[in-house]
Amino acid sequence: MATMPASLLFQDEYAHQILAGIVQMFQLTICAWLAAMALGVLLAMLRMTHKRPLVALVVAYVEYHRNIPMLVQIFIWFFGIPTLLPQTVQVWINQQHSEFIFAVVAIALCSAAYISEDLRSGIRAIPSSQMEASRALGLTYLQAFRKVVLPQALRLALPPLVSNTVLLFKNTSLAMTIGVAELTYVTREIESQTFRTTDIYVVATVIYLSISLMIMAAGAGLQKRYRIQGR
Amino acid sequence: MNDIISIVSENWMLLLVGQYPHGPMGGLVLTLILSVVGLALAFPVSVLLALARISPFPWIRLPATTIVYMVRGVPLIMFIFWVYFFLPLLTGRTVSGTVTMLITLVIYQAAYLSESIRAGIEGLPRGQVEASRALGMSYLGTMSRIVLPQALYNMLPAMVSQFISTIKETSLGYVISVNELTFSANQINAALLTKPFPVFMILAAIYFVLCFTLSQLARRLEARIAGKRAGRQKAHPVPMPTVAHVVTK
Repeated sequence: MATMPASLLFQDEYAHQILAGIVQMFQLTICAWLAAMALGVLLAMLRMTHKRPLVALVVAYVEYHRNIPMLVQIFIWFFGIPTLLPQTVQVWINQQHSEFIFAVVAIALCSAAYISEDLRSGIRAIPSSQMEASRALGLTYLQAFRKVVLPQALRLALPPLVSNTVLLFKNTSLAMTIGVAELTYVTREIESQTFRTTDIYVVATVIYLSISLMIMAAGAGLQKRYRIQGR
Repeated sequence: MNDIISIVSENWMLLLVGQYPHGPMGGLVLTLILSVVGLALAFPVSVLLALARISPFPWIRLPATTIVYMVRGVPLIMFIFWVYFFLPLLTGRTVSGTVTMLITLVIYQAAYLSESIRAGIEGLPRGQVEASRALGMSYLGTMSRIVLPQALYNMLPAMVSQFISTIKETSLGYVISVNELTFSANQINAALLTKPFPVFMILAAIYFVLCFTLSQLARRLEARIAGKRAGRQKAHPVPMPTVAHVVTK
């Protein structure tokens, strides 16, 4: 506690490491979030079709990803999946920075399951008469979904979506276990190089906390901005 | 498929109990012990946190709110490392990985569980508190005999879900070498070297069976409680605490 955390931050070498860790953390978060949102919307839409095999597929997907720890899913993708591929592909993968890609894939696939459930509960809360009315007015299924149902469902699903976004952001720290040099990984590295445990952990914790709080605040702001009048 | 059968038949003891009886208890049993004890210890803390969060006194409310936001905003791995490094400094003695993990889980789960309990309390009609206060019960009496029994009953499914998250979170004990289930699987993987996919699929299957069974239990409880509440709702409309409730506040 003798030195201020800031003094450590200003040392060039460590400042660079921390900054690189933050950048990597943001890259993980943004890539995984975009993929998870896209897949989440797709899963929720498939679930809404009420076609037996499709619904069963989505249910199996969601249950698989919700009932297995994300860490285990990351291990399956990073250690397990490459061994199933042909030898030449394996060699090629080993030459790339595959840990980043597999971390994004594992985090995105898992978060998509949660996001699709958030969206589904939002969609279920929209009375089916909305869909029927849009279809009667001549909109196609996709148009009705995109222009009438989804905008309302998204508003209802916003609070759980925000908390799952925060969770996704926090879970990027799991990527350290397969060697992605994000903030937690860098923190551990600097800690073992300098032994200034308190300083570096305070810095990292403050960074995580402030970004999480910013996401929560942005979510609250969005909710206010898009509130439907009279509700 | 042959791989899976042979790996399980050769390593089932390691997956189930770790090195026990030749070493400390580990594997699936340790995962379960950590989750059960962790949640059991987190429960009383979470009730206190929930009551502190709705307290009319700011000097009680603010520290509780700070704790909850700290936990919600910082990754679990970070918390594990905090406890791992600073608990020995505070207590002046070495602390085992299992105890470190247990303490981390208690803090982490207590904060999340307190939010569910708070939503449960706030979901009850105001009339319950007002009536018992009007009948002359003290604040603590009202809370412990009127509000909490109802709120906690309604929150049973949420508590089962919390138990599922706890089981999943024990897997992070791996980063500080707590020899729970995920750690055992990694040991097997390191010994075999060439079979990571079957090893981690076995690991996933064990977690899945455990958590899926519990989630079905939570679903049943939820349906049952919703049914009971719907029966009551005809006479007196009660707003159900929803997921939205838990996360917005």
